[in-house]
Amino acid sequence: MTVAVNPSQTGEPVFYLADEHPHPEGWSTSLGFWIYLMSDCLIFAILFATFGVLGGNYAAGPAPKDLFDLNLVAVNTSMLLLSSITYGFAILTMQQNKVAQTQIWLAITGLFGLAFIGIELTEFAHMIHEGATPQRSAFLSAFFTLVGTHGLHVSCGLIWLVTLMVQVQKFGLIQANRRRLMCLSMFWHFLDVVWIGVFTFVYLLGVLR
Amino acid sequence: MSPDLLKLIFGRLGFESLPLHEPIVVGTFAVVALGGAALLGGLTYFRLWGYLWREWFTTVDHKRIGIMYMILGIVMLLRGFADALMMRGQQMLAFGGSEGYLNAHHYDQVFTAHGVIMIFFVAMPLVTGLMNYVVPLQIGARDVSFPFLNNFSFWMTVGGAVLVMASLFIGEFARTGWLAYPPLSNIGYSPDVGVDYYIWALQVAGVGTTLSGINLICTIVKLRCPGMTMMKMPVFTWTSLCTNVLIVASFPVLTVVLALLSLDRYVGTNFFTNDFGGSPMMYVNLIWIWGHPEVYILVLPAFGIFSEVTSTFSGKRLFGYTSMVYATVVITILSYLVWLHHFFTMGSGASVNSFFGITTMIISIPTGAKMFNWLFTMYRGRIRYELPMMWTIAFMLTFVLGGMTGVLLAVPPADFVLHNSLFLIAHFHNVIIGGVVFGAFAGINYWFPKAFGFKLDVFWGKLSFWFWVVGFYLAFMPLYVLGLMGVTRRLRVFDDPSLQIWFVIAAIGAFLVFLGILSMLMQFAVSLLRREQLKDVTGDPWDARTLEWATSSPPPDYNFAFTPVVHDNDAWWDMKRRGYQRPLTGFKPIHMPSSTGTGIILAGLATAMGFGLIWYIWWLAALSFAGLLVVGIGHTFNYHRDFDIPAEDVIRTEDARTKLLAGAK
Repeated sequence: MTVAVNPSQTGEPVFYLADEHPHPEGWSTSLGFWIYLMSDCLIFAILFATFGVLGGNYAAGPAPKDLFDLNLVAVNTSMLLLSSITYGFAILTMQQNKVAQTQIWLAITGLFGLAFIGIELTEFAHMIHEGATPQRSAFLSAFFTLVGTHGLHVSCGLIWLVTLMVQVQKFGLIQANRRRLMCLSMFWHFLDVVWIGVFTFVYLLGVLR
Repeated sequence: MSPDLLKLIFGRLGFESLPLHEPIVVGTFAVVALGGAALLGGLTYFRLWGYLWREWFTTVDHKRIGIMYMILGIVMLLRGFADALMMRGQQMLAFGGSEGYLNAHHYDQVFTAHGVIMIFFVAMPLVTGLMNYVVPLQIGARDVSFPFLNNFSFWMTVGGAVLVMASLFIGEFARTGWLAYPPLSNIGYSPDVGVDYYIWALQVAGVGTTLSGINLICTIVKLRCPGMTMMKMPVFTWTSLCTNVLIVASFPVLTVVLALLSLDRYVGTNFFTNDFGGSPMMYVNLIWIWGHPEVYILVLPAFGIFSEVTSTFSGKRLFGYTSMVYATVVITILSYLVWLHHFFTMGSGASVNSFFGITTMIISIPTGAKMFNWLFTMYRGRIRYELPMMWTIAFMLTFVLGGMTGVLLAVPPADFVLHNSLFLIAHFHNVIIGGVVFGAFAGINYWFPKAFGFKLDVFWGKLSFWFWVVGFYLAFMPLYVLGLMGVTRRLRVFDDPSLQIWFVIAAIGAFLVFLGILSMLMQFAVSLLRREQLKDVTGDPWDARTLEWATSSPPPDYNFAFTPVVHDNDAWWDMKRRGYQRPLTGFKPIHMPSSTGTGIILAGLATAMGFGLIWYIWWLAALSFAGLLVVGIGHTFNYHRDFDIPAEDVIRTEDARTKLLAGAK
């Protein structure tokens, strides 16, 4: 927005806008959502730090080597990474204003997300079945909390995704819905980035430890 | 009914949870219940519920939300101060074999509640309220970036306060001290609901605080009027920006650390336990990584208020604006590098302690720069000793003293002697009362005429000022002495009779502060009655300098009929100097956000969920959570959240002001 702030041509200073255009709808939303994501990032940062401090405290219980199945985690990671790509396709089709295709890509994204959550829950169930419960050691408390918080975020993302699909179906790709899809897109990719951290620091380094 | 069924319905809540065996609590309950019933009855009798709901509870107007924050802060101040008086009374009496009048169970709750309430539900609402009210006006905006979130944030803060207040009469509050260190706060040592009240009150309120932080950052970054570059923002807006950055960058840490503590308590994990590899000291580190920035969250806006007040009442441009801004930013950053000075005695070793000791001392440099800027602003100014300026001068004297004892505590070897002593208590009350509370009072006296269109009464204001200032010194200077003699904090009974005189002096000081609070309430009442004599129609009663004084008092819903254009730091001063003429024609419809009840409903559900979790009433927690999801998602299906104020309404409002201004001449 460019506005004449300098004295007008008559030499009189301008102290107000006689002809004003309100800020477009959602003027602050992407900045606000970015800042929210950064605060969320801090939540993960603290959980990573907690895992860093407590991650070696097995309390004579199972260690990462005994618990982690890297093949399964690799499959799971690819689920999430693929879902990020398909979300990207959804945004591309959104920009071309193709409602049906956008919906299809969103649905595929949701299915990948669901697969991710499913595999994660299977992994958790397996560990708990073997006695590696969150109560067993500080390492396991930190593990379940960090990975579980990520999973909880993905689950929230799924609920959000379904809500947005309903809204796109009902109201079309209107400005407000495009903005919401962009916010969810940032959220989804952000979770992907966090997962890269989890995969590296928790799983890969854990097995090396 | 069978015990199992009762447990399913009521969790661990039962008749024995009501503190009927505590006569003090029962008495308080009777008074609160009678007062509450009278208030509710009055509201019903005068048919004010509809008005309150439409105009206040559901409003998204930043000005009204700001006022509601201030009311919350003042009401909670009464509760927090009642706790303070009880402590001073107990410590004054409990000598020579006397147990005082508070048993340990009750006394421990009192000091915990005092700290929690004063920080989270007095200081935070007062500071947030002032920022909410003033910042959009100072930057020439119509409202904040996310008006609905603003309403929601406020009600979440209220939800937290409601939970703390509920703990007084239903069950008990934490007996752990205001930061609830484990292992004491863990389930093994605190099996009752006290710590759970603490956790959920802070979690509910914390969501509100974080969101309001995001909201105000966006407002300041995105909604400044044309011409207002970052380095032309008023200093209060600058300090608000830094404070909200601190909020967003520190409250998530509190959220996580409390979540981990709740996992330990509810699920049996081992984050902060002594067994199975847990580490209680990690809690202390994490909570102070939030806790130290928190004190700057509180004091930075106060610095902003003092800057506005000093320059207005000295009739001069603020000295060293640029250095003031940089000092604020430097304090913002440094506040993250000092947290360990709260526990030098943990045993991290000399190197770590030196690092944190030095960073702590470095903070006094930008703070000192600010102090000199205020002094130089006053130098050769025409100082008017109005109430806001009096509070500012009291602050300057008091805060310097508190700052110096702070630097003393920052020396690790000295801290080993003074850690957890009354010297520390005296120090932080010295800076929080001298800085934040005096700042809030300066701000209230300064901006009250803006919010309500009449000034506050000077006589009762001065009375309150002198009671507060003298009372503060009498109450806390003895604690410095006692701390140096080695008396530790949170003690309930004493053996050494020679200490008693200091506690008596401190109690007298606290009583004077009590008179100060009463005088302040009188000041509000008297001002309301004398509002015709104290009226200000100009909108600029102090001959002030920043943009909020350019509009009427109280400002119209839309703040400014036309968006202002700014050329100078002291925008309104510049406009006055250069013969600004208020526009009288050409008004257009103004786009504004609509009111909504969703915020209060969501916050109510969140509070109910907290209550369910505290008492293990799982059905209530689950139901409220489901309600939160349904209402929250439902709200996103409403795409029509704004409306236009018709041009005729704007014309009517502005014409009324034109008549008032003409009458004033």
